[in-house]
Amino acid sequence: MTAEFRWTRKDLLSLYDLSAEEITYILDTAEEFKKVSERNVKKVPALRGKTVVNFFVEPSTRTRVSFELAEQRLSADIVNMTASTSSLTKGESLLDTVRNIEALQVDLLVMRHRATGAQNFIAQNVSCGVINAGDGAHSHPTQALLDMFTIREKKGRIKGLKVAIIGDILHSRVARSNMWGLLKLGADVVFAGPATLVPREFEEAGVKVCHRLEEALEGADVVNLLRIQHERQSAGFFPSINEYSRFFGINQENIKRLKPDTLIMHPGPINRDVELDSSVADGPNSVILEQVTNGLAVRMAVLFLVAGCGGKR
Amino acid sequence: MNDILLKGGRVVDPGRNIDQVMDLGISNGVFADPADLHDPEVVDVSGLVVTPGFIDVHVHLRQPGNTAAETIATGTLAAAAGGFTSIVAMPNTNPPADTAGAIEYLRSQAAQKGCVRVLPCGCLTKGRQGKEMAGIGGLAAAGVAAFSDDGSCVQDHALMRHLAEYIQSFNLPILDHCENDCLAAGGVMHEGKWSVLLGMKGYCSAAEELMVARDVILSRMTGARFHIQHISSKECVRLLAEARRDRLPVTAEVTPHHIALTDECIKTYDTNFKMNPPLRSEEDRKALIEGLASGVITVIATDHAPHTNTAKMVEFDDAPFGVVGLETALPVSLTILYHGGVLTLPQLISKFTTGPAEVLGLKRYDLRNGNPADVTIFDPEKSFTVDPEKFRSKARNTPFAGRTYKGVIKRTYVGGKLVFQQ
Repeated sequence: MTAEFRWTRKDLLSLYDLSAEEITYILDTAEEFKKVSERNVKKVPALRGKTVVNFFVEPSTRTRVSFELAEQRLSADIVNMTASTSSLTKGESLLDTVRNIEALQVDLLVMRHRATGAQNFIAQNVSCGVINAGDGAHSHPTQALLDMFTIREKKGRIKGLKVAIIGDILHSRVARSNMWGLLKLGADVVFAGPATLVPREFEEAGVKVCHRLEEALEGADVVNLLRIQHERQSAGFFPSINEYSRFFGINQENIKRLKPDTLIMHPGPINRDVELDSSVADGPNSVILEQVTNGLAVRMAVLFLVAGCGGKR
Repeated sequence: MNDILLKGGRVVDPGRNIDQVMDLGISNGVFADPADLHDPEVVDVSGLVVTPGFIDVHVHLRQPGNTAAETIATGTLAAAAGGFTSIVAMPNTNPPADTAGAIEYLRSQAAQKGCVRVLPCGCLTKGRQGKEMAGIGGLAAAGVAAFSDDGSCVQDHALMRHLAEYIQSFNLPILDHCENDCLAAGGVMHEGKWSVLLGMKGYCSAAEELMVARDVILSRMTGARFHIQHISSKECVRLLAEARRDRLPVTAEVTPHHIALTDECIKTYDTNFKMNPPLRSEEDRKALIEGLASGVITVIATDHAPHTNTAKMVEFDDAPFGVVGLETALPVSLTILYHGGVLTLPQLISKFTTGPAEVLGLKRYDLRNGNPADVTIFDPEKSFTVDPEKFRSKARNTPFAGRTYKGVIKRTYVGGKLVFQQ
């Protein structure tokens, strides 16, 4: 890391937009913030006087709580909004809603939305900073950053590692964000699952796509499981949850194929014994709860950097 | 009305294989021998191209139902500004044009407020619901030029087969928006590399191709005239080529945006790149251009689909499909196809004139003496940067804003009357 590196983005929308240097800079900054949460007094004045609005148009628990805590630990003033408590229920457009929030001199908007690109659309039309807390199946940059932070912390590096991401890739913003971030930092990324959920087109980004689990697990340094949603069964993507679990879930049997030090990750919430056997989720290779802890540090880093950029264009 | 002499232009008349510098006379609203004119108004059109008026077989005028986006008055003005002298008005208005009364309303409004010829298109099915035949004979008697459920596609193959058979008594074409609802459900863009990378819900080209194949098969079976609207994929071009090789009465149109743009544009999340069928891959785009070059695709149509800014300034998933096209069709097509060396000027002009005329069954659509004097005059070399604020259309939803093309419409005459000039 060059000493003169300066963060210059008012928004964090997608890791696709970032350089390897910028991603590394966030991870380095997060390392510093991780120490804050390990102290007795878990608060720093970094964002004192800044106002952050958490606007979760799509429901969220863990990401919202993580952002809120991160903001509080940075001493920001915060306001929480959901779709049901906003004027969206009165038929106001998303852009009008956000422009009204912005008119209250808000510095940062942390936003989640069901529609791909909603945050990009908003960021193009407002001057306050926008942090993407998940949009459609597109992007969830802080989740990918906390995954990468955890990998780097455990393995000491990202370059050259084989990271297998398994499950419903098609509908996953976590998979896409991890893909861009990991590829930029030089990891080998493998996507695995049934072809209905893992389209070949991902190869164009430089990912290896496979439809048999064994292939993905072979030699993997990290296995990241994605939550499989029950409604994908009724939509015809696979015959049953049981069958999915049998052929594409991680269990005590196929975990034997893994190296002894392979990390088991999951962005949560886990469907225990569906995509991931309970004993593996709670086993020695699992870093699932550490991911959650690291999420706080990563979000503090992102809030700090984006706010520090002025928050305004 | 004074006689008019269009002097010294390059007359391109694909219907009569004419491409030469010559004068063109207009008297009493029809073409006349320049030698027979009386004290004509002489218009110097040297350096410009003079052609039969353009026909757009695919326009949404939004009246009645969404006059905030477009009206017959503004839509026909946009058409005139784009060099179109005849436009086919799609029936997916609100209420839909599925009765003779609706057609009479359109005709009377067009007569009062329209500045170009508005050819009504009637619905194939009642309410565009795809369940029961609309009053086909009644609509034909009211003067429709064609039938379409545009925006929707009749999913029931038995019903489409019966329509194909029944409509033959009235000798009118079916303009079909080919789309399988199951494969297209929920999609907002082309399924391919970019939908996968962006995490947008894609819908595959097969949704369109299956219905194109269906129509080709039904045409072979029944002999009905099918015109495939806004063809957009490589496989569609192949299916069409096969049908035309076998001399089936199947034609197809392509839009300027499908030959100019690809799905990659959507990475900006600009909803002005959202239309149906969607922008597809570079391979598809090239196949469409090849289809125009080989003559398999005989028509360029705009699918002019106006929407208000309010409707379009939303999340990509929530935006309506459609872009305007009347005022950019010639420059975009001319730049890509003529200046790009794909088509000769007469070949390009045919896609706007004789091609669509054939779809509509208009005979001898050319500049011969005695024909109604519908003329388009343009400068093929002059550059033009698209500025939506200057549109005559009420709507601004163009995917071409800020882009520069070559080709500027100078004058448009309908029945000898000057309806546009700049």
